[in-house]
Parts: sequence; C-alpha cells; structure tokens
Amino acid sequence: MNKRRMRLMGKLVAQNKWLFIGAALCVLISVVIDYLTPLLLAETLDYYLSGQPSTMPAFVNRWVDSWGGPGFMARNLWIVGLALVGLNIVGGAINFFKGRWQSKAGENVALYLRERLYEHIQHLPFSYHVKAETGDMVQRCTSDVDTVRRFLASQLLAVVSSVLMIVVALTMLFSKNVKLALISMVMVPAIFCFAFLFFKWVVKAFGDADVSEGRLSAVLQENLTGVRVVRAFGQQQYEVEKFTGASADYKKKSFKVSKLLAVYWAGSDTMCMIQSGITLIMCVLFAARGEITVGTMVVFTSYVGKLLWPIRQLGRILSDAGKSFVAVERIDEILRAPVEPAEPDAIQPPLNGDIVFDHVTFGYDSNRNVLQDMSFTIPAGKTVAILGATGSGKSSIVHLMQRLFEPQSGRITIGGVDIQKIDRSYLRAHVGLVLQEPFLYSKTLRDNVGIAVSHPSQQAIERAAVDASALSFIEDSENGWNTVVGERGVTLSGGQKQRIAIARTLMKDNDILIFDDSLSAVDTETDAAIRHALKEHSRDTTTIIISHRVVTLSQADLILVVEDGHVIQQGTHQQLIHQPGLYARIFNIQTALEEEFARHSAQEVN
Amino acid sequence: MQQTQEKDYTQKFDLSLWRKIFHHARQYYPHLAALALSMAISALCDVAFPLLTSYAIDYLIPGTGAQAPSGAMARLMYNMVGSAAALFSGNTMAGFIFLYAMLVIVQVATIYAFLYLGGVIEVGVCYNIRQEAFHKLQELPFSYYDRMPVGYLMSRMTSDIQRLAETIGWSLLDLFWGVVMLVMCSVTMLTINWKLGLAVMVVLPPLAVISFYFQQKILKSWRAVRKTNSRITGAFNEGIMGAKTTKTLVREEANMQEFGELTHEMRRSSVRAASLNALYLPIVISLGSLATAYALWRGGNLVLAGAMSLGVIQVFVNYTVQFFEPVRNIAGVFSEMQSAQAAAERVMTLLDTQPDIVDSPEVVAQFGDNFHPKRENWPELHGDIDFEHVDFKYQDGERVLTDFNLHVKAGETIALVGPTGAGKSTVVNLVCRFYEPTGGEIKIDGVDYRKRSQLWLQSNLGYVLQEPRLFSGTIRDNIRYSKLDATDEEIRRAAQLVNAEPFILKMEKGYDTDVGEGGSRLSTGEKQLISFARAILSNPRIFILDEATSSVDTETEVMIQQAISQVLTGRTSFIIAHRLSTVRSADRILVIEDGKIKEQGTHQQLLRMKGSYYKLYMSQFEEERAQEILSARLADSKTDN
Repeated sequence: MNKRRMRLMGKLVAQNKWLFIGAALCVLISVVIDYLTPLLLAETLDYYLSGQPSTMPAFVNRWVDSWGGPGFMARNLWIVGLALVGLNIVGGAINFFKGRWQSKAGENVALYLRERLYEHIQHLPFSYHVKAETGDMVQRCTSDVDTVRRFLASQLLAVVSSVLMIVVALTMLFSKNVKLALISMVMVPAIFCFAFLFFKWVVKAFGDADVSEGRLSAVLQENLTGVRVVRAFGQQQYEVEKFTGASADYKKKSFKVSKLLAVYWAGSDTMCMIQSGITLIMCVLFAARGEITVGTMVVFTSYVGKLLWPIRQLGRILSDAGKSFVAVERIDEILRAPVEPAEPDAIQPPLNGDIVFDHVTFGYDSNRNVLQDMSFTIPAGKTVAILGATGSGKSSIVHLMQRLFEPQSGRITIGGVDIQKIDRSYLRAHVGLVLQEPFLYSKTLRDNVGIAVSHPSQQAIERAAVDASALSFIEDSENGWNTVVGERGVTLSGGQKQRIAIARTLMKDNDILIFDDSLSAVDTETDAAIRHALKEHSRDTTTIIISHRVVTLSQADLILVVEDGHVIQQGTHQQLIHQPGLYARIFNIQTALEEEFARHSAQEVN
Repeated sequence: MQQTQEKDYTQKFDLSLWRKIFHHARQYYPHLAALALSMAISALCDVAFPLLTSYAIDYLIPGTGAQAPSGAMARLMYNMVGSAAALFSGNTMAGFIFLYAMLVIVQVATIYAFLYLGGVIEVGVCYNIRQEAFHKLQELPFSYYDRMPVGYLMSRMTSDIQRLAETIGWSLLDLFWGVVMLVMCSVTMLTINWKLGLAVMVVLPPLAVISFYFQQKILKSWRAVRKTNSRITGAFNEGIMGAKTTKTLVREEANMQEFGELTHEMRRSSVRAASLNALYLPIVISLGSLATAYALWRGGNLVLAGAMSLGVIQVFVNYTVQFFEPVRNIAGVFSEMQSAQAAAERVMTLLDTQPDIVDSPEVVAQFGDNFHPKRENWPELHGDIDFEHVDFKYQDGERVLTDFNLHVKAGETIALVGPTGAGKSTVVNLVCRFYEPTGGEIKIDGVDYRKRSQLWLQSNLGYVLQEPRLFSGTIRDNIRYSKLDATDEEIRRAAQLVNAEPFILKMEKGYDTDVGEGGSRLSTGEKQLISFARAILSNPRIFILDEATSSVDTETEVMIQQAISQVLTGRTSFIIAHRLSTVRSADRILVIEDGKIKEQGTHQQLLRMKGSYYKLYMSQFEEERAQEILSARLADSKTDN
C-alpha cells in the first residue's frame, strides 16, 4: 500500500518532469543571483571604495582592470548600480518562470487527478454507488486533490530551494572563512529541530481545532434544520447553551493554535537573532584583528540571515508534508475500486424480441437472495405490469435488465440472446429505465429533458414533454424551459421530477421501456394520460410498469405478481381477479370502500 | 422562491460598514491598541537592527571611518551604545552586545505579543459575533428560514464570520506594520542625508501604484479561481449523487466531456492567477533595485568625497532593498479588506435583520423573553382557540387565508384535510405563532395571543412533525428535549404511554442508545414514536400532529395509531391527517381548499354530503389501503419464514 501511493506520487511528478526540472533550474539560478547581490555590494564597499583586497573571481577583475581598475569603478559607480538592477531583472524573470512553471505543474497534476477520479467514478458499478458516501467522496476529489497539488506545486520546490540555499550559503561562508562559517552554524541544528518538532505540535493543534470546528458546524446545522422542533418546544435558551458550549470549545482550540504559533515564531526568531548576533559580534572581533575585511563581514551578516530562513522553512514543510501522502492514499483508494469491466467481444443485437428470465437467482450480498430461481417471459411489444410488496424483488428485476447488476445464476435473454453478451452501453441506451427517485441535473429544464441524446431539437424535446404530461408545468415555471433545477435553482415536487425523468427517457431510442414505480408521485389522471400517450407513440416498445394502482395494473397485457423473489401469479386482469391472491385483494379495495360507505349511511339512517 | 444569489464582490470600499464592524469589536479596543503598540515597537526594532550593524562596521572595527555619525537616528544609536558602554565601564564592545541582546529581547517579546494579541482578537471577535448571530437566528421568524437555504446560513455562520474576524485581527496589524516601517525607514534616511533619502524615495509612488494595481488584479483572478473551484465541487457532487441515473441514461461520456471543460477552465484560471502573482514580485523588486543602485552610486560618491561613512551607505542599501515589503503589505491589506467586505456585508445583514414576530415591551416586561422567561407570571393555558377574521399572506404577497373563522373548544380534536398548498400547514403555523395573522386575530382562552409571550404558548405546545427530526444524542436526551428538567421516571412514563418502551429496551443500551446524527440509526417508525414521547413529556395543552405520509410496517403502524389516540385525549389538537383511522376519530374534520373551510363536520356527516371529502376519501385512501395490504403481505411472509 505504501509502495502504491509512492508510485502514484512518482507518476504525478514524472508526468510533469520538464516543468519540474525547469522550475528547479530556475530555483538554482535565482538562488545564485540572490547570493550575488550581497557579494556585489561587498566588492563595492571593500575593493572599489576602501581599497581592500578583491573577493571577486579573477575574470571579473580582469574586466575591471581593462576599464581602469577599482578607481575607475569608484568614480563610475553607476556601472555597479546597473549590474545590480540587471541582476534583479534577470532574477525577476527567472522567478516569474519558476512561479509559472511550478503552478503549471501543480495544475496539471490537479487536472489529471480530477479527470481520472471523475471518469473512474462514472465507471464504477451501480453497486458501488448504492453504498457510497457522497460527502466523503467529494472531499477526496476536492480537498485531497488540492493538498496533493499544493505539495507538488509549492512545497516540493520549496524543499529544493531551501536545500540549495543552505548548500550555497554554506559553500560561500566556508570558502570565505572556515572558523567563522562554523561559528555561524552553531544554532542551525537547534533551529531546524525546533522548527520541525514544534511545527508538528502546531499541526496537531490545527487538527484538534478542525475537529472542534466540525462539531460546531454539526451543532449549527442541527439547529438550523431542526428550527421547527426548537421553536415548537420553546428551547431557544437550551440551544444557545448547546451552541455556546461548542463555540467556546472551538474558541479555546483555535486560541491554542494561535498561542502555539506565537511561541513558534517568537521562539525561532529568538534563535535566529541570537545566531545573527553571534555572527555579527564574531565578525567584528575577527575584523578588528584584521582576519576578515568589512566586505566579508557584510557577506557573513547577510548570508547568515539567508541561511536561517530556509532552515526554518524546511522544518515547517517537512512536518506538514505527511498530510499530502495521506491525501494521495485517500485518492488512490477510490482509484483502486474496480470499475465495470470492458467487454471487447460484446455484441449489439436487435432488442425487440421476447424478454426471458430463465431460473434467475440474484442477491445484493451473498447471504440473502432477493430473486430466487425466477422464470417468466415478457412477450415483445406488450405492456407488462409488476405488482409486489416493498422488498419483494421487483426493482431488482428491472435493474438486472439494464445490467446494473449481474445475476448469480440463471440467465436473462432478449430475443434469445443472453444479455451478458450484449454491450452494456448499447443495452442501456436502448432499454429506457425511469427510477422511482430520479436525479435531475442542475441544468435548465430543457437540458434535463434533452440530456440523454446529443443535439436534441426543441421539437423533439417538446413532444417528449407532452407525452410525459410535463409541458404545462414547464411552461408555467418562472423562466419556462430555461428554468434551472436543483440546488441553485427551483425545487421541483416529486411528481414533477418523475415527469421530467419520464420525458428524458422518452427522448431515447427505446426498444424496452421500464417504469420502476416512477408514476407513484403523480395523480391518477396524469398517470392515465402518460400511459395513453405511451400507447400512441411507443406502440412497438415492450413496456414494463411497476405500480400499485389498480387502474394501471388492470390495463396491462400481462400482470406479474411478485413475492419474496418468486413470481407467484401471472395472467391478465380478468384471469387474476378470479384467483384468490394479492391482486384480487387489491382490486377489491374500491368495492370495499363503497360498501363501507353504504354501511355507514345505513347506520346513520338507523 | 426568492432569489438568494450571494454576491461575493463589492467594488466600493464601504467605510461605514467597517466602522459598524469595528463597533462589534469594541470589547477588544485595548487589545487592538496594545497590538498596534507592539507592532510599532517591533517595526522600530526592524529599523534598528541595520543601524546597529552599521554601527558595528563604523565604530567597532579599528581603522574604518570613525567619523562623527551623520543623521539623527545614527547619532541616537551612537549615543545609546555609548550609554550602554558606560554600564560596562566604557567597554563599547560589551555595551554593544548588551544593546544587541536587549533589542533581541524586545523584538521577540513584541513578536510574541502581537501574535498573541492578534490571536486573542481574531478568536474573540469571531466568537462574539457568532454568539450574537446565533441569538439572532433563534429569534428570526420562519418566514426568514423560508427564504434562506440552510447552506447559506451555514456559510454565514462559519466561513464569513471567520473571514471577518481574521481581517479585524490581522489586516490591521499588517497595515500598521507597513505604515510604521515605511515612516521609520523614510525618517531615518531623511535624517541621515535628506537629499539622497528624497532621491531614493522617488520610487515609492510608482511602487505604490503598481502594487495597488497588481493586488487588485490578483484578487480578481483568485476570485475567478474560487468560483470555478466551487463549480468543480458541485460537479463532483452531482457526478457522485447522480451516478446511478447517469448509468441508466448512458451519459458517462457526455458528463466526462462537460467536466473536462470545467477542469481545464480551472487550470487556465489558476495558472493565470499564479502567473500574475509571480509577475508582481519581480517587477516590484526590480523597481526597488533602481533605488538601491542609485543609493550605491550617489552614496559611493559621497564616501569618496569623505561626506559619508561606509556604515551609512550600508543602511541606505539595506532600507532600499526592504522598501517594497511595507508597500506590498499596505496594498495587500486594502484588497484583503475589499474581498472580506462581501463577507462582512452578509454577516451584518444577518445581525441587522429585525424579527417580524416580536413580543411587545409590555409583554416582555410581564412574561419575559425567549431567553429569560418569567414563568411565575404566566397564566394557565386551557386551550380554547379562536380564529377571528384571520387573513394571512406570505411576504412575497401570496395570499393563503382570507377571512378565516374557526372556534375550537378546549380538548377538541380537529383534523385538517385537503390538497397540498390549500393552507393546512398555514393554519397550524398560525396556531403555533410561527407566523402571525396579517389581518384579524387569533385568541387563546379568549385573549389575543400577541398579548402573551411566544414562549408561553410554545412551552404549552406538543408538536410532531411529518418528518420526525431528532437531534444527535441518546434516546433519553431526545425525549427530554421538551422538558429539560424531566426525571428519568417521567421520561419512561412518556415512552410507555406511546408504546415506545418495548423497542427502546430491545436496543443495546436502552434509553442511553445513541440515535446518530439526525436519528439516522433509527427506523422511521421508531423516530416517530420517539417524537411522540418527546411531544407528550411536557404535558402540553395544545397538540399539533403533522401526520407522516411514509409507510411503516404494520406492527409499528398499529403502535403509532395507539400512540396518537393516547396523546390526543384531553388536549386541543390539530392534525394534518393522511390516514383513515386518524381522520375518522377526529371530533371535527375541516376540508380546506383555497384558504377556506370548504366543508366541516364529522366523518359521517361529510361522507353523506358526497362532496369534496367523499371524493378525497375515495381516491386518496384507496392507495393507502393498497399499501396496507402490500405491507401486511410482507409482514405475513416474514413471519412465515
């Protein structure tokens, strides 16, 4: 597992290796330039202005001599100034490219991860999504991706640049004066350890504060969503106390973070300043004894400052870096979940034949079968109604027909072809399934109705809406067809959602149409109107309707009564009402209600 | 539904808004003052360190310069080292070390102090505003909640307030540091050599202009990134929640394509924002280096002419290198405040919202408010309720009730039936005073209920919602919610009364079982029973039941029916009814259509009229029967196994 996440991280870096290498080179150059500036200043002060020995490489001095020596330079200090400005501009340009490239690399990584996650999630099997926790998955796809991006875009290069800066600073210092260089490093290990260990502590405190904030949000959320209960029982005071408790805890935890950070910065500043002070004083002593020049002293005092910052930085980054590996692991967990397998040999036969369930056994988990050795035939082009109690297995039947799940044993054939051999997308594209609780996308009503086909015409969309009895409410909506639904738009009622879902399914080229109790939230008249329209426009389509409504059931060509994973009755309306059983009992309700009324009336008369 | 689109960007800097916000932080004015002071001292130290270094170069090393110091600041430093040296019998080195050490101590102390104070202010202001806002939310009427999705309120209460507090705690600090730093650097340079100082400071105005320009640009580009980012989060949400539907519609590829556009847009805008960011610093630093170069050139000439020491030139160079920092800080603070302003506006709007259902001052004086009730003055509530010529319309003008009249005797059970949107819930909400009539009055025990406190009524109320809503905690906590001082014995009795005890005792920890967030570990039927127990515990005089439509298994159904008849006896009850048995057992049934009572009477009277009730009864309840048969079937087959 550990290896896998390192491999994913490595892959992400390798994909953008040129950007990373380019940015790392920029880091190198900018570090060098950064160190050249004080060097230039030192040379000016020492060599040009005070006449002490030069510290520049020989070729620089040859140039200077060819122009007229240090005296010339002292009279024409604008040359030094120009060099300084030039260095800064070059350094600036380099820094710009570094920033741009590292952000590009980071964004490429984020893009790659997001796309892979999204695609993978789309192709995960239905069974995965039945159990999935949306909130947690969204978090992995967004904030975990961002953690990885931040690590690769900035922290990784910051480590590189810190190390480079330390190496360069040390080289410079040691080349100037070994003893002073050693003295300038006495506090370094302590500073690094302090930064590393203490920041770990800070990270932990941050974690505690996050947890506390989560609790505060939960209390708040509960209060806001349960506002009716709070008011109905007049418990505002109690709620305020509960909230105050959570809020005070969060206050305490986040204050602890602040305090730790204050100690962290003040503490590491102290150590850095002590180090700077030691270096400065030792420099003065060395200079007084003539062991170093004023220029070298300037170099030392400014380089020590440059050395200490990256060391502190390094400690901080390293103690924070663990997070990004955890994030990679969490992302990888999703990517590891197996998707629906590809089937290169799958076929695309016509789907207008009889549907046959042949001894099908199926269960969502291995220890309980929902369908038990089930066999029946749905004749092509007919309308079949399925009746059954909750949990009897009727939804499983229709899920199997779209290959959202695979049966444990037995087979399902359409026109004699086992659907296991049929291409999944092809099958789903031609078997229209309307779920009981359909999901609408947060798009306009027009886009939602036309979502299952590419480039739908307005005419086709409107026809589908008419057939689904959805046109009138769509046109009555505030923005008509352009009304946006979902979180950022209007909320539709259950019945309206079902009608939109029916309309969008009707847009497809269906050989088989399945309604999984998807007329339950519309009233009986609309139900009838929709079924009437279907009869008119989808005459040759095999239609399967799951419903409880007697009228709906009675008009089907064939009725299947399902109980406990078995088909216990099948036949036409006329056949079934004369058999004792579930169907007859449901049918009799209406009569029973009328009788009851007659009985009540009779009582009144008496 | 009213549009609740949030704006996240305001163009103009609104000074009066910030004044109001700082008023909320008034408790922390001393802290802010201390913060400013420590900031100023810290900035002074930042200025002093280069001076000290330059002193070391000029005076501690024999043979370098040693002229009289030029410039007030440098002279000050010279004198300070001198007086410090006096402590060590004239040893300048010891004096220097002493001064350096003192400076380190002061500097560290101030760093600690301002970080600490900033934390105190941020956390404290955050806490205070949050408390105030929460109090406000407990008083705002339902009409407010109807308009505001919970998500928006959540983000106001969490991220917006956080943002505001951060700005108050830290932005000012940055601003103050920037200003002090800038002033100190300028003063020091001007006192040392005003001509050179002035020349160097010429870069400041363009530096400021560029900084402000870039900070604005950067702010805008990050805003674009954030916007795209929230769309990506939305897309993931939809991609995951809608995955099942996507599969049935074979929309994987199309979704992928749309998502691809979004995420590419995200990369574009992020890289753009990062590039702008990467461009800003180099430009500013290059500009600053012009000043450094100039200082070096002119200063160098002055050194050659013997008019300036090496140490002083060092100071100049040091300052010019650091020049852009304070300018950047100041520019940054302004764009930070500008972007925090949207959050500030949202929070302030919440705090300024006036609840439209408030107890009059006289009522509060007599009966207390929602948080400090004066129960000793509360009259007993019997439960006679009168609607007299009640009109009600929502804030958006939608009229629901017109001239509604109803008299309910204490103890009577009223069932409300009728199509969705006819006004059943409105009647109930008016009884509970969740809304108040826009015309006419509602009397309880013969007195307009606005002459009593809200809490008086609501403490006498038992309410069972259609979707039972429990809070996280144990079963006991949930039942106790209506009467916090109830004994365990009372809780048990309430549970027994509504038949909830058998299933509670079957649970692992009995009454101490954790129900999970929102009661997620319990079934719908169990949640309903607990909400009955909760409603009954406080022995309310008025009982409201919004009957659930979702079906539960037959066994639970029977228990719920028994529970309902238990709780209704002896209380004035309003039921929004969906079940046959409940409706039939009511003393009076009201058929509500279009905000009016269309029919009323007992079950039999209404059936005989063969009007709306008859039709409703026949169609609506037919399905219920079918459901009953189906679930009974399921229950039978379960017992067969």
